[in-house]
Parts: sequence; structure tokens; C-alpha cells
Amino acid sequence: MRYQNATAYRFLAPYLLIFSIFWLWPIIDSFLISFQATRTVPWRFSPTFNWGRLIGDPAFFNALKNTLLILVIQVPVMITLAIVMAVLLNSPLLKARGLFRFAFFAPVVVGEVAYSAVFRLMFNLDYGIINKLLNSVGLPSIDWFSNVTPAMAVIMIAVTWRWAGYNAIILLAGLQSIPQDVYEAATLDRVSKLKQFIYITLPLLKPIIVFCAVLSIIGTMQLFTEPFLITERGGPGGGTETLGLLLYRQGFRSLNFGYASAIAYTMAGLAIAISLVQLWLTRDPK
Amino acid sequence: MSSRSASKLGRSIALHLFLTPLALIWLFPLWMMVIFSTMPDRGIFSPSIELLPHGNFLDNVNNLQRDTNFIGAIGISVSVAVTYTFLSVMLTSMAGWALARYQFFGKGLVVAIILGTITLPYAVVLIPQFIMVARDFKLANTWVALIVPPLFNSLGVLFMRQAFSMMPHELFDAARVEGVKEWRIFLFVALPLARPMLAALAIILFLASWNNYLWPLLINSKPGAMTAPVALGTLIGLTKVSWGGIMAGAVMLTAPMLVVFVLLQRHFIAGIAAGAIK
Repeated sequence: MRYQNATAYRFLAPYLLIFSIFWLWPIIDSFLISFQATRTVPWRFSPTFNWGRLIGDPAFFNALKNTLLILVIQVPVMITLAIVMAVLLNSPLLKARGLFRFAFFAPVVVGEVAYSAVFRLMFNLDYGIINKLLNSVGLPSIDWFSNVTPAMAVIMIAVTWRWAGYNAIILLAGLQSIPQDVYEAATLDRVSKLKQFIYITLPLLKPIIVFCAVLSIIGTMQLFTEPFLITERGGPGGGTETLGLLLYRQGFRSLNFGYASAIAYTMAGLAIAISLVQLWLTRDPK
Repeated sequence: MSSRSASKLGRSIALHLFLTPLALIWLFPLWMMVIFSTMPDRGIFSPSIELLPHGNFLDNVNNLQRDTNFIGAIGISVSVAVTYTFLSVMLTSMAGWALARYQFFGKGLVVAIILGTITLPYAVVLIPQFIMVARDFKLANTWVALIVPPLFNSLGVLFMRQAFSMMPHELFDAARVEGVKEWRIFLFVALPLARPMLAALAIILFLASWNNYLWPLLINSKPGAMTAPVALGTLIGLTKVSWGGIMAGAVMLTAPMLVVFVLLQRHFIAGIAAGAIK
């Protein structure tokens, strides 16, 4: 194939221009800003100004701890649920498939603000439907937003509700690409459905499960809207503050761009580490 | 044979017994959103359990409009989402076409950079983007600020590259032999063939723009320049605000997307599942 530089770059140029200005350069710039003291005019280079502060900042470690805690609990629960949804939606025995698909996939189109508002109202202490339902079966009300543990639980429940179906869509597409004859052979050999799931479905689905997990980890790592709106700016008392929220407060409330960039690059570092784990988990076995 | 079909029936019953409650739980928040949006505020904040719709939706819309110019914000959101979707589909399909169709200097590098940075968190570019758009370009609270920066999204490039490279090359080569210009081949041969993929991509991009919250919150914070989710978000947490109104706003944001989802489910699902092809 001959080279067609001029033609190719004419098609590429508009996109590459935007991509460079609003994605590539900011990635580099953010790194540079993180080494500058940005509260003085003009900014001055000071490699330890933000990073030094970061490693001694209790607010940073609180946000990091909360973010990791949400990650470690919410992502596995959600991925497990998504696998269950995908496998069951794929069952030939299922009736009214369209209705079930609608129920699980509909949250995918719901915006963060809309669903944050609903969850906030549903978990209201005195008038929320959740506490009313708890009371109606004789259980006491839970003060969801005044204590850290239930507040974290609400965030995890909300995120799981919003994203489980999204992951199920990706997993379902993966399931449907597994050739049927593998299962037919296994059924003829009287391999039980459960064993088929463990020994056929899961291994074949593994790259997609890992992909979903990585996508979810990187998404949850940036969690912002839910603690911003549902638990009211990371409340109670910073108990649900995440890295995303801390970045917002530092960057856009205190206008401390250098420190916010250091926080952003901490998240990038975590994302890169997780992507490397993904590559390692899905590498071709030699 | 009969024992096998009996066990099949048992499995089918167990399947539905498990999945039905789960589906109801999953629908519950959406259902409550609708219920709340039809209730007066004193109904929402009353001790009784209300699970059926009332008739206060229009009053709530009025309350919402009193709290913030939501209809105006919806107008901004629609215009921005339509423009963004069109531009992004054009830009990314052109780029995808170049990557699928031509051999050129630096191709490997372009692909490597796109793939290598796609999993980086968006948070990384947030600060420089904000400084650039607000301070250097002085574009805060404009439509350009809402539409142009998010066009960097590279999902469409990969998606369309995949779509175009699966098409038979002979088709395009034949047109070229006839002397048809490359941009005409792209516009009048390749794009029409890619219609289902374009539909899937457009839906995903429209949804992303419609629901986008963080960037519009930061860059267009002035009343009158806010998108609908941002305008709605400003009310959450305020005292003396109509929660029935907030819920009516949530329904107005969500319902159109649910209709699109139901009508175009196939494209929708194709678009999301395509996130997995990397």
C-alpha cells in the first residue's frame, strides 16, 4: 500500500487539532502545573510545594482512603451483579426478556444529577421511602446521612444501581460471542449448568470481566457527583469525601491549581497501575 | 425426557422468581422519580407511603421554573447536545476513516497515543482545560466552552476505524479507479454504508453530552448559561426549594432518554458494547 500522507492528514487534522489542544497538551500541562506554586503571581517552579503538601495532608489521605474503600467494596459487588444479570438475561428460558432488559439497562440513560436527587430523597431520614418501608416491617429508621457508614452505603448503592446494567450490556455482548456448540458438547457430556458456567463461561469471559472491572475502577476512582450531591459535599464531616471531590474543592473552590493537579496525577498514577494489572491479567499465555 | 423437561420448568421458575424482584428493585428509583414528580411538596414530606402517581406534575414544573429557569436550560442542553453530537460524529469518523483507509507517516504513533491515553482519568485534564478555556481563551459561560473541549473524546475514532476497516476495500478502490475524489468516496460511499454504526455512535455521544455534569458545572456556572443538569444541581441541598419541582426536572431530563432507549435499543446497546472493542 502506498503512502498517502496528504490525504490522510486532511481527514485527521480537525480531530487531531482538538485532541492535542484539549487532551494531549492538558495531560502534559497538568503534570507541569503540579510542580508549581500556583497561589503566587506569577507561578513559580517548586517541585516539592504541592507534592510535599500532598504526602502530609490528612484531607488527602482521608479522600484516598474513602475512594479506595468504595472501590474495594462497590466494584466487586457490582461486577458480580452484572455477571449474574448478563448470564440470566442470556438464558433461553427467560420470558419477557425485553422487560427485564429495560429494568436493568434503563439506569444507563439516567443522568448523575437526576438520580442523585432521587436517591437523596429516597434515603431522607424522616420522609424517605426507604425508612418508611423499613418502619412498615417493624425496623427502625436509619439516619443515612448523619453517619459515615450508612452514608457510604448510600453512595455505593447509588453507583451500583447506575452502572451494573451498563456492565451487564458489555458482558452480555461477550456472552453472545461464545460459540453455542461448546455448551452443546458439554450438555451432551452431562456437564451440569453450574460447571459449564465455572469451566466454560467464566474463563472465556475473563478478558471482558477484567475490562469491565478496570473501566469501573477508573470510573469509581473519579467519583464526584454522588458525594457532591447525595451526601452534600462529602458529608458527614468529610466522611464520604473522595479524591474527585477533593480535587474539585482544591481546584475550583480554593483555586489552588497546583495542588489539584497533584491530586489529579495521583489518580492518573492509580489508573496507570490498574491498566498495567489489566494487561498482565489478560496477557497471552506463553 | 419428561424428567428433563420437568427440571427445565423448575429452572425456568427459579430464574423468574429470582429475576423479577431484582428487576422491581432496579425499577424502583425510576418509579419513585415519577411518583415524586407528580406529588405536592407537602405530600413528599409526609409520613404516609405513596407509591402511585398524583396529579401535580405541571404545578411542579411551574415551581421548578420559579426556582430556576429550567426550560431555558433545557434549550441550551438540547442545542449543545445536538451540535456536539454532529461535530463529534464528523470529526471522529473522518479520523477513523483516515486510520482505517490510508497508510501514512506517523500512523502507528497516532494510534499508540490514542490507545495509550484513553484510560487516563478525565480529572487529569480538568485543571489545564479550565485554565485554558476560562482564562486564556476567555470563553467561560459560552456555548463554545460547552461544545468544543469535549470533542477530544476518542471513543468514536476507534469505533469508526473499526467500522470502516470491516468494509470491503474493493468497493472504495473501484471508485478511486473511476477517478472519484477521496472525500467524495468518504462522504457518499463509506458514510452511508456505516449508517448503523453512526447511529450507535451518535446516540452514545448525545447521551454523554446531555448528561454531562462536571465540565458544564465548572465552565458555565452563570445563571442563564447553565445546562439543565447544572441548573437542577444548584437546587439540590438548598432549603426553601420545591422538591416536587426538582423531581419534575429529573423526569424531564430522564424521560426523553428513556424513550430514545426503548425505540433505539439495538443501536444503544451496540454503542455501549462497542466500548469494549479496543
